[in-house]
Amino acid sequence: METAIEHKSPHGTNDKAILGFWIYLMTDLIIFAALFAAYAVLRGNTFGGPSERDLFSLPFVLAETMILLTSSFTSGLMMLAAHRGKKNQTIGWLVATFLLGASFLALELSEFSRFIAEGHGPQASASLSSYFTLVGTHGLHIAVGLLWIIVSSMQVARRGLTPFITSKLTRFSLFWHFLDIVWIFIFTIVYLMGVAL
Amino acid sequence: MTLTQFIFGKLTLDALPHVWYTIGGTAFLLAMGVAAAGFLTYKKLWKWLWNEWLTSTDPKKIGIMYILVASVMFFRGGLDAVMIWFQQASAAGVSQGYLDPGHFQQIFTAHGDIMVFFVTMGFLFGLINLIVPLQIGARDLAFPFLNSLGFWLYLAGAILINFFFVIGGDFAATGWLATAPLSELQFSPGVGVDYWIWSLQVSGLGTLLGGINFLVTILKMRAPGMTLKKMPLFVWTSLCSMVLVVSVFPILTATIALLFLDRTFGMHFFTLTAGGNPMMYTNLIWMWGHPEVYILILPSFGIFSEVVATFSGKRLVGYMSLVLAAIEISLLAFLVWLHHFFTMGAGADVNAFFGIVTMFIAIPTGIQMISWIRTMYRGRVNFTTPIYWFLGFVGTFTFGGMAGVLMASPGADFQLHNSLFLVAHFHTMIVGGALFGIFAGITYWWPKVTGWKLNERLGRRAFWLWIVGFFMSFVPLYILGFMGATRRLDHYDASTGFQPLFIISAIGVVIIACGALMQVWQVIVSFKERKQNLDTTGDPWNARTLEWSVPSPVPSYSFAVIPEVCDRDAFWDMKEANGGMPPKITKYEDIEMPKNTAMGIYVSGFVFLIGFAMVWQIWWLAAVGLIGAIACVIIRSFDEETEYVIPAGQVEKMETARQLAMRQ
Repeated sequence: METAIEHKSPHGTNDKAILGFWIYLMTDLIIFAALFAAYAVLRGNTFGGPSERDLFSLPFVLAETMILLTSSFTSGLMMLAAHRGKKNQTIGWLVATFLLGASFLALELSEFSRFIAEGHGPQASASLSSYFTLVGTHGLHIAVGLLWIIVSSMQVARRGLTPFITSKLTRFSLFWHFLDIVWIFIFTIVYLMGVAL
Repeated sequence: MTLTQFIFGKLTLDALPHVWYTIGGTAFLLAMGVAAAGFLTYKKLWKWLWNEWLTSTDPKKIGIMYILVASVMFFRGGLDAVMIWFQQASAAGVSQGYLDPGHFQQIFTAHGDIMVFFVTMGFLFGLINLIVPLQIGARDLAFPFLNSLGFWLYLAGAILINFFFVIGGDFAATGWLATAPLSELQFSPGVGVDYWIWSLQVSGLGTLLGGINFLVTILKMRAPGMTLKKMPLFVWTSLCSMVLVVSVFPILTATIALLFLDRTFGMHFFTLTAGGNPMMYTNLIWMWGHPEVYILILPSFGIFSEVVATFSGKRLVGYMSLVLAAIEISLLAFLVWLHHFFTMGAGADVNAFFGIVTMFIAIPTGIQMISWIRTMYRGRVNFTTPIYWFLGFVGTFTFGGMAGVLMASPGADFQLHNSLFLVAHFHTMIVGGALFGIFAGITYWWPKVTGWKLNERLGRRAFWLWIVGFFMSFVPLYILGFMGATRRLDHYDASTGFQPLFIISAIGVVIIACGALMQVWQVIVSFKERKQNLDTTGDPWNARTLEWSVPSPVPSYSFAVIPEVCDRDAFWDMKEANGGMPPKITKYEDIEMPKNTAMGIYVSGFVFLIGFAMVWQIWWLAAVGLIGAIACVIIRSFDEETEYVIPAGQVEKMETARQLAMRQ
């Protein structure tokens, strides 16, 4: 739906910004690729500790996943509202996305603290180091996204949906969907394959 | 945790300078700072410096600042080189040389990192900033603020890598890539590796921002009519180089972040214990490291293409082959990293694959060499200093390239691995390739930037000192490699017979140093004589590409009117259409330019604090840096008025005034 929308401002600045942002997302994807590779190499190196099979609770992670996917959906609705010029609706969907993102992050942190409390922190083994780093980096990105939502909401509230602000929202939306896709891979490779294989 | 530990982290009074080199380094840094501050205050230049330079978002000014910083770092890294050579020339048999082994290890580590990250990368980003926008007919970059931020992050990294002189006392003693597990806490307990991590992390972030910026600039901001196939070669090779930057610098960021997690938070990515895998570090760092050397060399290929075409007075022969060769080199860059560690037991099949792919690289580079030489063939070659650098490069690069193909064979590599033969090989490629290209480029574009030409006679002298010194210092290293001398030797037995060759090599480096000093002298003399060498036309070399269609030095808005491009040699085409004269401008328009901003400085300042705080594990300071940097970015994101307008009338006035001045 976003491709159909004209990104151009009179000077083409937003157009450049969108392309630049896509390239940034690709660089970020390579960071995740490196972390995935590290996880793939180290996941079996549990150093006598428990394996993923013993640690993960799939229903819990499925709940996390559904929350994050829903937040992607609300961020899509936010963009639709923004392009229709509906300021209050846009802010409303931004708030919804924020709440869903924040609850995802809270669940993730509670999972982390449970592991650490049980003595399976990132220092325990190479396997856990790579698990915490990969999933934690995703969580860190979500936290940045939440901060971005706060700033964007303030900008929308103060200035309305100018082309400058809409371009920013478009980039935020790209970022959020990107994190969603990365999470799908984490869910599949780390959690599902971790338990099943 | 006591209060002192909370406030200072691991920092204690022992970190203050107390040995000769840290005291010397600190004193030198302080003296430089005081001298610069005194000069600026005396001449009342602070405001000028801040408004005209430090806060500028103009790529032409940022480019100059990159080159200035890289030049200073060049002498810093060069001093390291001289110290290494003198140690090796003197430390045979009973003589232990004048450096202790630990200090020697820090010197060769710093030498490598500084020369790659802060000299070659700095020079390249400087030249790309200066020239790429002009060659594509753009007035600024896609993201002027990010460009300023990128420069300041680069500078913050450059300061961090030297900061151990002042606080810390030790640099990494691990070799320039800090290979694990040597760089892990178990074997490198000091803060040297931490300084290494944060210096590279900060400057690498700047490089990444620059890469994204130039990609978008080249893809989106070309003058009307300039299709991809009409782009000058320097733009093409810079594009390839930037594609590599955005593809592999994230791997560096991730890798050293993992090393940081190991060292600071006790994780186990590359440790010997708890299931860590040190070999993964070697793989990851070379997946970045091999493309990195092509990032360094590709823009130089572009520079040589421009220089050869201009000074042969001919259209470049084999334009498409040169472009395809650059693209092919970029693609192959991803497929050869393993040749850096054939000896690490990947097995014969894997080694064979990587060996053969490595040999493939000789094909596109050979095609490029032939294209350049064929461009010169039957041309009217004007033997200026840049052409001297080019011819020197043909010699060194072919020589070093053949040594590279030799080592690409895993069987031979088992003998030559980690020997001085390897050291000689990659110095021949980076000095004789990337650096000679940079020297050619700086000489070639000097009049465009300053408005006056460099002294040719002194330039040629510098070239001869460099090339003689170069072969004198590196040919012995090839021989030493064959004799079995390993790299990074701080001492060897007299019976090896190494010493005479090491001494010849050290004399060579003195000659190179004379060449570098000659270049400084060349700049000083040329500055004094600039009145005789003024470039009034904007086109001193009768050149072919758009940067020569604007006056020298280039006005702030670069192009009074954005040109229409009809040909690959866009400016040559315009001159031909206009009877050998640059076309006249008849109608002016309003010009939008990016405003200055100090935000790049503030953000980098906070990021520097994060780096410093992480080295010493001063958590509150890291938090201050993080919050400060984020706050600055948020404040900047509220700013919509980032551009100002130069009205058409004012542009016309400035242009006419300059044309009048030119005629006088």
